[in-house]
Amino acid sequence: MIELRDVSKTFTLHNQSGTVIDVISDVSFSVAPGECVALTGASGAGKSTLMRMIYGNYLAQSGEIRIGDLDLVQAEPREVIALRREVLGYVSQFLRVVPRVPTLDVVAEPLRAVGVSAEDAQARARALLDQLNIPQRLWSLSPTTFSGGEQQRVNIARGFVHEYPAMLLDEPTASLDVANREVVLTLIEKAKARGAAIIGIFHDGAARDRVCDREIDVSRFAPGMAA
Amino acid sequence: MTPLLSVHQISKSYGPHIGCVDVSFDLYPGEVMGIVGESGSGKSTLLNCLAGHIAPDTGKVVFDTRADGPRDTITMSEPERRMLGRTDWAFVHQHARDGLRMGVSAGGNVGERLMAVGQRHYGDIRGRAVDWLDRVEIDTARIDDRPTTFSGGMQQRLQIARNLVTGPRLVFMDEPTGGLDVSVQARLLDLLRGLVRDMGLSAIIVTHDLAVVRLLADRLMVMKSGRVVETGLTDQVLDDPQHAYSQLLVSSVLQV
Repeated sequence: MIELRDVSKTFTLHNQSGTVIDVISDVSFSVAPGECVALTGASGAGKSTLMRMIYGNYLAQSGEIRIGDLDLVQAEPREVIALRREVLGYVSQFLRVVPRVPTLDVVAEPLRAVGVSAEDAQARARALLDQLNIPQRLWSLSPTTFSGGEQQRVNIARGFVHEYPAMLLDEPTASLDVANREVVLTLIEKAKARGAAIIGIFHDGAARDRVCDREIDVSRFAPGMAA
Repeated sequence: MTPLLSVHQISKSYGPHIGCVDVSFDLYPGEVMGIVGESGSGKSTLLNCLAGHIAPDTGKVVFDTRADGPRDTITMSEPERRMLGRTDWAFVHQHARDGLRMGVSAGGNVGERLMAVGQRHYGDIRGRAVDWLDRVEIDTARIDDRPTTFSGGMQQRLQIARNLVTGPRLVFMDEPTGGLDVSVQARLLDLLRGLVRDMGLSAIIVTHDLAVVRLLADRLMVMKSGRVVETGLTDQVLDDPQHAYSQLLVSSVLQV
């Protein structure tokens, strides 16, 4: 479902005397449907960079990143947008929303975007918010004023509301208490069971061991390390 | 898929001064494109060339018309272009006063565009006007008031209602949220996003506000000194800008 071949990435900082930073090079791996793969490595190894490249918001300098039939490195913006709408979900660590939009609509939006009716989308959003223990009295409020943990759970609800065939999870359990962590891990297990290909970053070792089928150490893609 | 709008090598100069140079892109149905750049970078000149407000020196702007398929709007006759401007195109000005008739009631402002495309039944026109005032969250009791009695944010929403009532397929927006306070901006952005999704609109939005494009635009074009220096998916250009100028632009945003 997700396949990377000889992918490399450098950052060129034009305004800081043109410094070139090689981040990762020659990355190749693939993830099958129903499989969950963890990216590991020390802070700064390039886990998040690699994940953002797979989502298409960082540009790869060379190689191929295939999600289904689409090569993200060569794709047109509209193809990437269609892919994100239908195929590729992403739960980031930060919630970015239009201010003043109610939480329920924020969560229902990915379903509305694929053509689900407002009622059905909201029903599914309600079920997920309930499951993630977001109190009902908050549903009509904008999540911008919520606590960190609540925002993260809203973000997770938004990421799981549509059944994406491929998913990227950036620290999905980071600031959650034990009960909510359990809910999120169950959601991940269910997504695997229905055949989603998942790539995740987990600092929580126990969570990683429970849901991930294998680990990929990103530091081995550091330039100079490969070959 | 046929692009809704296909722009080929548009250039416009004002005597020795460059407006914009050699701009080309395709816009597909349902796509929202943002154009960013500092003031004087040529983004408004480009928008006005695309919308037929000023004639470019060279280039083609091919629009996929409902009746005859792709047509170059630069070489089409003035009446044809004006008809497009009243039906399939809409233009939202930065200052609502430029896009509204300030001496005519709110309902009249919305209804005028309908009458311009041939509608004559007063009851229907008023009904549509009420519907649209409601959609842009203007109290329908204000339908007979003139926009001079409206706040800036209400005027901007009225301008949007006036523009969208004829069901256009392409909307040009020039700094639609400029000059509005942030709380009104947020509501307007939410409104625009909803309308774009529900009506399947394509839009070209000129702005210097990077937060606005991140929320509204699918793709982004960065201009400097009349030239396009970078294009791509909005979050890719904002998160991983490749060109020196885009990097400067993104890194210059103040954090709140």
